[in-house]
Amino acid sequence: MQLSADHLTLYRGQRCLFKGLGFALNPGELLLLEGSNGSGKTSLLRAIAGLLELESGTVRWNGTPLLRERQSFQNSMVWMSHKPGLKGDLTLVENLRYEAALRLQAEVEFATVLKQLGLNRLTRLPVRSLSAGQQRRVALARLLLSSATVWMMDEPTANLDAEGRDLVVKIVGQHLAKGGMAIVAAHQDFDLDAPVKRIRLQ
Amino acid sequence: MTIQDEQLPDISTGLLALIVRDVSLAVKRPGDVLNPLFFFAMVAALFPLVIGPGTEQLQSIGPGVLWVAALLATLLSLNSLFLSDHEDGSLEQMLVSPVPLAALALGKSAAHWLSSGLPLVLVSPVIAMTYQLSLSVTGVLMLTLLLGTISLSLLGSVGAALTVGLHRGTALLSLLILPLAMPVLIFGARTVSLVAAGDGVAGGLYFLGAYVLLMLSIAPFATAAALRISNE
Repeated sequence: MQLSADHLTLYRGQRCLFKGLGFALNPGELLLLEGSNGSGKTSLLRAIAGLLELESGTVRWNGTPLLRERQSFQNSMVWMSHKPGLKGDLTLVENLRYEAALRLQAEVEFATVLKQLGLNRLTRLPVRSLSAGQQRRVALARLLLSSATVWMMDEPTANLDAEGRDLVVKIVGQHLAKGGMAIVAAHQDFDLDAPVKRIRLQ
Repeated sequence: MTIQDEQLPDISTGLLALIVRDVSLAVKRPGDVLNPLFFFAMVAALFPLVIGPGTEQLQSIGPGVLWVAALLATLLSLNSLFLSDHEDGSLEQMLVSPVPLAALALGKSAAHWLSSGLPLVLVSPVIAMTYQLSLSVTGVLMLTLLLGTISLSLLGSVGAALTVGLHRGTALLSLLILPLAMPVLIFGARTVSLVAAGDGVAGGLYFLGAYVLLMLSIAPFATAAALRISNE
Protein backbone atom coordinates (compact mmCIF):
# COMPACT_ATOMS: atom_id res chain seq x y z
CA MET A 1 0.00 0.00 0.00
CA GLN A 2 1.31 3.39 -0.86
CA LEU A 3 -0.02 6.91 -0.96
CA SER A 4 2.02 9.15 -3.19
CA ALA A 5 1.74 12.52 -4.83
CA ASP A 6 3.71 14.56 -7.29
CA HIS A 7 3.74 18.13 -8.60
CA LEU A 8 0.94 19.29 -6.33
CA THR A 9 0.17 22.93 -6.99
CA LEU A 10 -2.59 25.02 -5.54
CA TYR A 11 -3.45 28.69 -5.91
CA ARG A 12 -5.89 30.59 -3.79
CA GLY A 13 -6.81 33.62 -5.85
CA GLN A 14 -3.47 35.09 -6.94
CA ARG A 15 -1.54 33.57 -4.07
CA CYS A 16 0.42 30.39 -4.57
CA LEU A 17 -0.03 28.13 -1.52
CA PHE A 18 2.33 25.43 -2.71
CA LYS A 19 3.94 24.43 -5.94
CA GLY A 20 5.50 21.21 -7.20
CA LEU A 21 5.04 19.33 -3.92
CA GLY A 22 5.47 15.59 -3.83
CA PHE A 23 5.74 12.76 -1.32
CA ALA A 24 5.47 9.00 -1.00
CA LEU A 25 4.04 7.45 2.12
CA ASN A 26 4.45 3.77 3.00
CA PRO A 27 2.88 1.69 5.79
CA GLY A 28 4.19 2.67 9.20
CA GLU A 29 5.16 6.18 8.12
CA LEU A 30 3.94 9.55 9.28
CA LEU A 31 3.75 12.58 7.05
CA LEU A 32 3.89 15.79 9.02
CA LEU A 33 2.64 18.99 7.37
CA GLU A 34 4.20 21.93 9.14
CA GLY A 35 3.82 25.62 8.77
CA SER A 36 2.40 28.68 10.46
CA ASN A 37 -1.28 29.60 10.46
CA GLY A 38 -2.57 30.32 6.98
CA SER A 39 0.34 28.61 5.24
CA GLY A 40 -1.95 26.14 3.51
CA LYS A 41 -1.62 23.03 5.70
CA THR A 42 -5.35 22.45 5.76
CA SER A 43 -5.69 23.12 2.03
CA LEU A 44 -2.98 20.58 1.27
CA LEU A 45 -4.63 18.04 3.53
CA ARG A 46 -8.04 18.66 1.93
CA ALA A 47 -6.47 18.38 -1.51
CA ILE A 48 -4.91 15.02 -0.67
CA ALA A 49 -8.25 13.83 0.71
CA GLY A 50 -9.92 14.84 -2.57
CA LEU A 51 -12.02 17.58 -1.00
CA LEU A 52 -10.27 20.34 -2.88
CA GLU A 53 -9.43 20.41 -6.55
CA LEU A 54 -5.76 20.98 -7.33
CA GLU A 55 -4.39 23.37 -9.89
CA SER A 56 -2.15 20.57 -11.09
CA GLY A 57 -0.53 17.40 -9.79
CA THR A 58 -1.76 13.92 -9.00
CA VAL A 59 -2.37 12.06 -5.79
CA ARG A 60 -2.06 8.31 -6.21
CA TRP A 61 -3.36 5.48 -4.07
CA ASN A 62 -1.45 2.27 -4.83
CA GLY A 63 -0.28 3.87 -8.03
CA THR A 64 -3.72 4.77 -9.39
CA PRO A 65 -4.77 8.42 -9.58
CA LEU A 66 -7.25 9.21 -6.82
CA LEU A 67 -9.88 10.69 -9.06
CA ARG A 68 -10.30 7.27 -10.65
CA GLU A 69 -9.95 5.35 -7.37
CA ARG A 70 -12.00 7.57 -5.12
CA GLN A 71 -14.18 4.80 -3.71
CA SER A 72 -11.30 2.48 -2.86
CA PHE A 73 -9.23 5.26 -1.32
CA GLN A 74 -12.11 6.55 0.75
CA ASN A 75 -12.59 3.02 1.98
CA SER A 76 -9.04 3.11 3.36
CA MET A 77 -9.04 6.67 4.64
CA VAL A 78 -10.57 8.39 7.61
CA TRP A 79 -10.69 12.12 7.99
CA MET A 80 -10.49 14.26 11.11
CA SER A 81 -10.89 17.95 10.45
CA HIS A 82 -10.99 20.81 12.93
CA LYS A 83 -14.78 20.45 12.96
CA PRO A 84 -15.87 17.43 15.00
CA GLY A 85 -18.49 16.26 12.48
CA LEU A 86 -20.87 15.24 15.24
CA LYS A 87 -24.53 16.00 15.81
CA GLY A 88 -24.95 17.96 19.02
CA ASP A 89 -28.47 16.73 19.69
CA LEU A 90 -27.54 13.07 19.48
CA THR A 91 -25.63 11.09 22.08
CA LEU A 92 -22.12 9.84 21.58
CA VAL A 93 -23.36 6.31 20.90
CA GLU A 94 -25.97 7.48 18.37
CA ASN A 95 -23.30 9.52 16.59
CA LEU A 96 -20.82 6.68 16.44
CA ARG A 97 -23.46 4.17 15.39
CA TYR A 98 -24.30 6.38 12.41
CA GLU A 99 -20.59 6.66 11.63
CA ALA A 100 -20.28 2.89 11.73
CA ALA A 101 -22.73 2.62 8.82
CA LEU A 102 -20.67 5.05 6.75
CA ARG A 103 -17.33 3.26 6.83
CA LEU A 104 -15.77 -0.12 7.50
CA GLN A 105 -15.24 -0.86 11.15
CA ALA A 106 -12.18 -2.36 12.79
CA GLU A 107 -12.49 -5.42 14.97
CA VAL A 108 -12.27 -3.57 18.24
CA GLU A 109 -14.52 -3.50 21.22
CA PHE A 110 -16.57 -0.30 21.31
CA ALA A 111 -16.31 -0.07 25.10
CA THR A 112 -12.53 -0.51 25.02
CA VAL A 113 -12.10 2.44 22.66
CA LEU A 114 -14.32 4.66 24.78
CA LYS A 115 -12.39 3.71 27.89
CA GLN A 116 -9.06 4.38 26.20
CA LEU A 117 -10.28 7.86 25.32
CA GLY A 118 -11.81 8.49 28.72
CA LEU A 119 -15.31 8.77 27.30
CA ASN A 120 -16.98 5.76 28.88
CA ARG A 121 -19.02 7.81 31.33
CA LEU A 122 -20.37 10.22 28.75
CA THR A 123 -22.24 7.81 26.46
CA ARG A 124 -25.73 8.97 27.36
CA LEU A 125 -25.18 12.69 27.18
CA PRO A 126 -25.97 14.66 24.04
CA VAL A 127 -22.70 15.56 22.36
CA ARG A 128 -23.67 19.25 22.62
CA SER A 129 -23.10 19.15 26.36
CA LEU A 130 -19.53 17.85 26.03
CA SER A 131 -16.59 20.25 26.08
CA ALA A 132 -14.61 21.01 22.92
CA GLY A 133 -11.82 18.76 24.13
CA GLN A 134 -14.21 15.91 24.82
CA GLN A 135 -15.78 16.33 21.36
CA ARG A 136 -12.27 16.09 19.98
CA ARG A 137 -11.88 12.77 21.77
CA VAL A 138 -15.14 11.54 20.22
CA ALA A 139 -13.72 12.44 16.82
CA LEU A 140 -10.68 10.35 17.73
CA ALA A 141 -13.00 7.44 18.47
CA ARG A 142 -14.08 7.62 14.83
CA LEU A 143 -10.48 6.88 13.79
CA LEU A 144 -9.96 4.12 16.32
CA LEU A 145 -13.19 2.36 15.40
CA SER A 146 -12.62 2.46 11.65
CA SER A 147 -10.50 -0.08 9.84
CA ALA A 148 -8.96 2.62 7.62
CA THR A 149 -5.24 2.51 6.90
CA VAL A 150 -4.71 6.21 6.25
CA TRP A 151 -5.50 8.67 9.00
CA MET A 152 -5.76 12.26 7.84
CA MET A 153 -5.76 14.67 10.77
CA ASP A 154 -6.00 18.43 10.78
CA GLU A 155 -4.56 19.87 14.02
CA PRO A 156 -5.50 16.78 16.05
CA THR A 157 -4.19 18.26 19.29
CA ALA A 158 -6.20 21.47 19.15
CA ASN A 159 -8.45 22.02 22.21
CA LEU A 160 -6.85 19.12 24.06
CA ASP A 161 -5.11 19.21 27.44
CA ALA A 162 -1.56 17.91 27.93
CA GLU A 163 -2.88 14.45 28.73
CA GLY A 164 -5.04 14.51 25.60
CA ARG A 165 -2.09 15.56 23.43
CA ASP A 166 -0.02 12.66 24.75
CA LEU A 167 -2.96 10.38 24.04
CA VAL A 168 -3.17 11.54 20.40
CA VAL A 169 0.56 10.99 19.89
CA LYS A 170 0.27 7.58 21.52
CA ILE A 171 -2.64 6.31 19.43
CA VAL A 172 -1.08 7.63 16.21
CA GLY A 173 2.08 5.77 17.21
CA GLN A 174 0.12 2.57 17.80
CA HIS A 175 -1.62 2.97 14.46
CA LEU A 176 1.71 3.34 12.67
CA ALA A 177 3.14 0.36 14.53
CA LYS A 178 0.27 -1.73 13.16
CA GLY A 179 1.28 -0.75 9.63
CA GLY A 180 -1.03 2.22 9.25
CA MET A 181 -0.20 5.58 7.71
CA ALA A 182 -0.98 9.04 8.98
CA ILE A 183 -0.88 12.52 7.55
CA VAL A 184 -0.99 15.14 10.25
CA ALA A 185 -1.16 18.89 9.86
CA ALA A 186 0.23 20.45 13.01
CA HIS A 187 2.03 23.58 14.09
CA GLN A 188 3.39 21.91 17.20
CA ASP A 189 5.96 19.18 17.02
CA PHE A 190 4.75 15.63 17.10
CA ASP A 191 7.24 13.46 19.06
CA LEU A 192 7.06 9.96 17.68
CA ASP A 193 9.35 6.95 17.43
CA ALA A 194 8.32 6.34 13.87
CA PRO A 195 9.70 7.23 10.45
CA VAL A 196 8.54 10.81 9.94
CA LYS A 197 8.50 12.66 6.65
CA ARG A 198 8.05 16.38 6.77
CA ILE A 199 6.66 18.97 4.42
CA ARG A 200 7.19 22.54 5.54
CA LEU A 201 4.88 25.09 3.98
CA GLN A 202 5.91 28.73 3.80
CA MET B 1 -22.08 -2.51 23.63
CA THR B 2 -20.44 -3.19 20.30
CA ILE B 3 -20.81 -1.67 16.92
CA GLN B 4 -21.47 -4.30 14.29
CA ASP B 5 -18.63 -5.22 12.03
CA GLU B 6 -19.40 -5.06 8.35
CA GLN B 7 -17.57 -6.68 5.51
CA LEU B 8 -18.18 -3.72 3.25
CA PRO B 9 -19.96 -0.46 3.87
CA ASP B 10 -23.32 -1.41 2.45
CA ILE B 11 -25.00 1.35 0.44
CA SER B 12 -28.46 0.67 1.82
CA THR B 13 -27.15 0.50 5.40
CA GLY B 14 -25.46 3.87 5.02
CA LEU B 15 -28.53 5.41 3.41
CA LEU B 16 -30.81 4.02 6.09
CA ALA B 17 -28.51 5.15 8.92
CA LEU B 18 -28.56 8.68 7.50
CA ILE B 19 -32.36 8.69 7.26
CA VAL B 20 -32.67 7.40 10.83
CA ARG B 21 -30.20 10.03 12.04
CA ASP B 22 -31.94 12.93 10.30
CA VAL B 23 -35.44 11.87 11.30
CA SER B 24 -34.41 11.42 14.94
CA LEU B 25 -32.78 14.86 14.81
CA ALA B 26 -36.06 16.27 13.47
CA VAL B 27 -37.94 14.57 16.30
CA LYS B 28 -35.51 16.02 18.88
CA ARG B 29 -35.83 19.52 17.45
CA PRO B 30 -39.48 19.70 16.37
CA GLY B 31 -39.26 23.46 15.80
CA ASP B 32 -37.47 23.03 12.50
CA VAL B 33 -40.21 20.74 11.25
CA LEU B 34 -43.15 22.65 12.67
CA ASN B 35 -42.16 26.09 11.35
CA PRO B 36 -42.81 25.34 7.66
CA LEU B 37 -45.88 23.36 8.61
CA PHE B 38 -47.34 26.30 10.55
CA PHE B 39 -46.50 28.55 7.63
CA PHE B 40 -48.43 26.25 5.31
CA ALA B 41 -51.41 26.03 7.64
CA MET B 42 -51.54 29.77 8.34
CA VAL B 43 -51.28 30.95 4.75
CA ALA B 44 -53.82 28.43 3.53
CA ALA B 45 -56.22 28.95 6.42
CA LEU B 46 -56.17 32.78 6.26
CA PHE B 47 -57.49 33.02 2.69
CA PRO B 48 -61.03 31.81 3.49
CA LEU B 49 -61.23 34.35 6.32
CA VAL B 50 -60.46 37.28 4.02
CA ILE B 51 -62.38 36.12 1.00
CA GLY B 52 -65.60 35.26 2.74
CA PRO B 53 -67.75 32.18 2.99
CA GLY B 54 -68.96 31.86 -0.65
CA THR B 55 -68.74 28.14 -1.27
CA GLU B 56 -68.19 28.32 -5.00
CA GLN B 57 -65.44 30.90 -4.80
CA LEU B 58 -63.63 29.01 -2.06
CA GLN B 59 -63.83 25.74 -3.93
CA SER B 60 -62.44 27.32 -7.07
CA ILE B 61 -59.40 28.97 -5.43
CA GLY B 62 -58.80 26.24 -2.82
CA PRO B 63 -56.55 23.88 -4.81
CA GLY B 64 -54.39 26.73 -6.12
CA VAL B 65 -53.92 28.38 -2.75
CA LEU B 66 -53.15 25.08 -1.01
CA TRP B 67 -50.59 24.19 -3.63
CA VAL B 68 -48.86 27.58 -3.60
CA ALA B 69 -48.71 27.47 0.20
CA ALA B 70 -47.27 23.94 0.08
CA LEU B 71 -44.61 24.96 -2.42
CA LEU B 72 -43.54 28.01 -0.39
CA ALA B 73 -43.50 26.02 2.85
CA THR B 74 -41.25 23.44 1.21
CA LEU B 75 -38.90 26.14 -0.07
CA LEU B 76 -38.74 27.55 3.44
CA SER B 77 -37.63 24.20 4.86
CA LEU B 78 -35.12 23.45 2.10
CA ASN B 79 -32.71 26.18 3.13
CA SER B 80 -31.63 24.28 6.21
CA LEU B 81 -31.26 20.90 4.46
CA PHE B 82 -27.45 20.86 4.42
CA LEU B 83 -26.80 23.87 6.65
CA SER B 84 -26.20 22.19 10.00
CA ASP B 85 -24.26 19.36 8.35
CA HIS B 86 -22.05 21.97 6.72
CA GLU B 87 -21.50 23.86 9.95
CA ASP B 88 -20.65 20.94 12.21
CA GLY B 89 -18.47 19.12 9.68
CA SER B 90 -20.64 16.06 9.16
CA LEU B 91 -21.06 17.03 5.50
CA GLU B 92 -17.29 16.72 5.09
CA GLN B 93 -17.48 13.27 6.66
CA MET B 94 -20.12 12.33 4.09
CA LEU B 95 -17.90 13.56 1.25
CA VAL B 96 -15.02 11.33 2.35
CA SER B 97 -17.17 8.31 3.22
CA PRO B 98 -16.84 5.20 1.05
CA VAL B 99 -20.63 5.12 0.70
CA PRO B 100 -21.36 6.82 -2.67
CA LEU B 101 -22.28 10.45 -2.15
CA ALA B 102 -25.32 10.17 -4.43
CA ALA B 103 -26.76 7.52 -2.10
CA LEU B 104 -26.27 9.83 0.87
CA ALA B 105 -27.85 12.69 -1.08
CA LEU B 106 -30.85 10.46 -1.71
CA GLY B 107 -30.95 9.73 2.01
CA LYS B 108 -30.97 13.45 2.82
CA SER B 109 -33.88 14.00 0.40
CA ALA B 110 -35.78 11.05 1.83
CA ALA B 111 -35.30 12.30 5.39
CA HIS B 112 -36.36 15.79 4.31
CA TRP B 113 -39.52 14.43 2.76
CA LEU B 114 -40.33 12.32 5.83
CA SER B 115 -39.93 15.28 8.15
CA SER B 116 -41.46 18.05 6.03
CA GLY B 117 -43.34 16.70 2.98
CA LEU B 118 -45.22 13.90 4.69
CA PRO B 119 -46.50 16.00 7.63
CA LEU B 120 -47.68 18.58 5.10
CA VAL B 121 -49.64 15.95 3.18
CA LEU B 122 -51.14 14.70 6.43
CA VAL B 123 -52.42 18.11 7.61
CA SER B 124 -53.72 19.13 4.19
CA PRO B 125 -57.18 17.52 4.62
CA VAL B 126 -57.79 19.68 7.70
CA ILE B 127 -56.97 22.82 5.73
CA ALA B 128 -59.01 21.55 2.78
CA MET B 129 -62.09 21.58 5.01
CA THR B 130 -61.91 25.35 5.32
CA TYR B 131 -62.29 25.51 1.53
CA GLN B 132 -65.29 23.17 1.70
CA LEU B 133 -63.63 20.74 -0.69
CA SER B 134 -65.50 17.46 -1.02
CA LEU B 135 -64.05 14.22 0.27
CA SER B 136 -63.07 12.89 -3.15
CA VAL B 137 -61.41 16.17 -4.13
CA THR B 138 -59.50 16.19 -0.83
CA GLY B 139 -58.30 12.67 -1.58
CA VAL B 140 -56.93 13.77 -4.95
CA LEU B 141 -55.37 16.83 -3.33
CA MET B 142 -53.50 14.59 -0.89
CA LEU B 143 -52.37 12.33 -3.70
CA THR B 144 -51.03 15.22 -5.79
CA LEU B 145 -49.32 16.73 -2.74
CA LEU B 146 -47.80 13.35 -1.93
CA LEU B 147 -46.23 13.04 -5.37
CA GLY B 148 -45.42 16.75 -5.60
CA THR B 149 -43.62 17.01 -2.28
CA ILE B 150 -41.43 14.01 -3.16
CA SER B 151 -40.39 15.80 -6.35
CA LEU B 152 -39.78 19.03 -4.44
CA SER B 153 -37.62 17.33 -1.79
CA LEU B 154 -35.47 15.76 -4.50
CA LEU B 155 -35.29 18.84 -6.69
CA GLY B 156 -34.75 21.08 -3.68
CA SER B 157 -31.75 19.10 -2.49
CA VAL B 158 -29.91 20.13 -5.66
CA GLY B 159 -30.56 23.80 -4.97
CA ALA B 160 -29.75 23.44 -1.28
CA ALA B 161 -26.48 21.71 -2.16
CA LEU B 162 -25.50 24.48 -4.58
CA THR B 163 -26.19 27.25 -2.08
CA VAL B 164 -24.90 25.56 1.08
CA GLY B 165 -21.64 27.50 1.26
CA LEU B 166 -23.30 30.87 0.69
CA HIS B 167 -24.57 33.21 3.33
CA ARG B 168 -28.22 34.09 2.90
CA GLY B 169 -28.63 31.69 0.02
CA THR B 170 -32.42 31.53 0.48
CA ALA B 171 -33.31 33.95 -2.32
CA LEU B 172 -30.89 32.28 -4.71
CA LEU B 173 -32.19 28.88 -3.74
CA SER B 174 -35.76 29.93 -4.54
CA LEU B 175 -34.65 31.42 -7.83
CA LEU B 176 -32.89 28.20 -8.80
CA ILE B 177 -35.68 25.88 -7.75
CA LEU B 178 -38.85 27.74 -8.72
CA PRO B 179 -38.60 27.42 -12.53
CA LEU B 180 -38.12 23.67 -12.25
CA ALA B 181 -40.85 23.38 -9.66
CA MET B 182 -43.41 25.16 -11.85
CA PRO B 183 -44.59 22.02 -13.69
CA VAL B 184 -45.25 20.34 -10.34
CA LEU B 185 -47.21 23.34 -9.09
CA ILE B 186 -49.26 23.77 -12.25
CA PHE B 187 -50.09 20.11 -12.74
CA GLY B 188 -50.71 19.59 -9.04
CA ALA B 189 -53.16 22.47 -8.67
CA ARG B 190 -54.85 21.91 -12.06
CA THR B 191 -55.43 18.21 -11.42
CA VAL B 192 -57.30 19.04 -8.23
CA SER B 193 -59.32 21.79 -9.92
CA LEU B 194 -60.23 19.51 -12.80
CA VAL B 195 -61.43 16.80 -10.43
CA ALA B 196 -63.55 19.36 -8.63
CA ALA B 197 -65.08 20.27 -12.02
CA GLY B 198 -65.83 16.60 -12.69
CA ASP B 199 -62.96 15.67 -15.00
CA GLY B 200 -60.59 12.68 -14.78
CA VAL B 201 -57.47 12.57 -12.63
CA ALA B 202 -55.29 10.09 -14.49
CA GLY B 203 -53.40 12.51 -16.76
CA GLY B 204 -52.27 14.84 -14.01
CA LEU B 205 -51.26 12.05 -11.66
CA TYR B 206 -49.30 10.32 -14.41
CA PHE B 207 -47.39 13.51 -15.05
CA LEU B 208 -46.63 14.04 -11.37
CA GLY B 209 -45.53 10.41 -11.07
CA ALA B 210 -43.28 10.74 -14.10
CA TYR B 211 -41.74 13.87 -12.59
CA VAL B 212 -40.97 11.97 -9.38
CA LEU B 213 -39.20 9.26 -11.40
CA LEU B 214 -37.27 11.84 -13.40
CA MET B 215 -36.13 13.61 -10.22
CA LEU B 216 -35.32 10.31 -8.54
CA SER B 217 -32.97 9.41 -11.37
CA ILE B 218 -31.27 12.80 -11.73
CA ALA B 219 -31.41 14.72 -8.45
CA PRO B 220 -29.18 12.53 -6.21
CA PHE B 221 -26.34 12.67 -8.72
CA ALA B 222 -26.75 16.39 -9.31
CA THR B 223 -26.85 16.97 -5.54
CA ALA B 224 -23.67 14.94 -5.06
CA ALA B 225 -21.86 16.94 -7.75
CA ALA B 226 -23.14 20.21 -6.30
CA LEU B 227 -21.99 19.26 -2.80
CA ARG B 228 -18.48 18.56 -4.05
CA ILE B 229 -18.37 21.97 -5.74
CA SER B 230 -19.72 23.95 -2.81
CA ASN B 231 -17.34 22.28 -0.38
CA GLU B 232 -14.13 23.24 -2.13
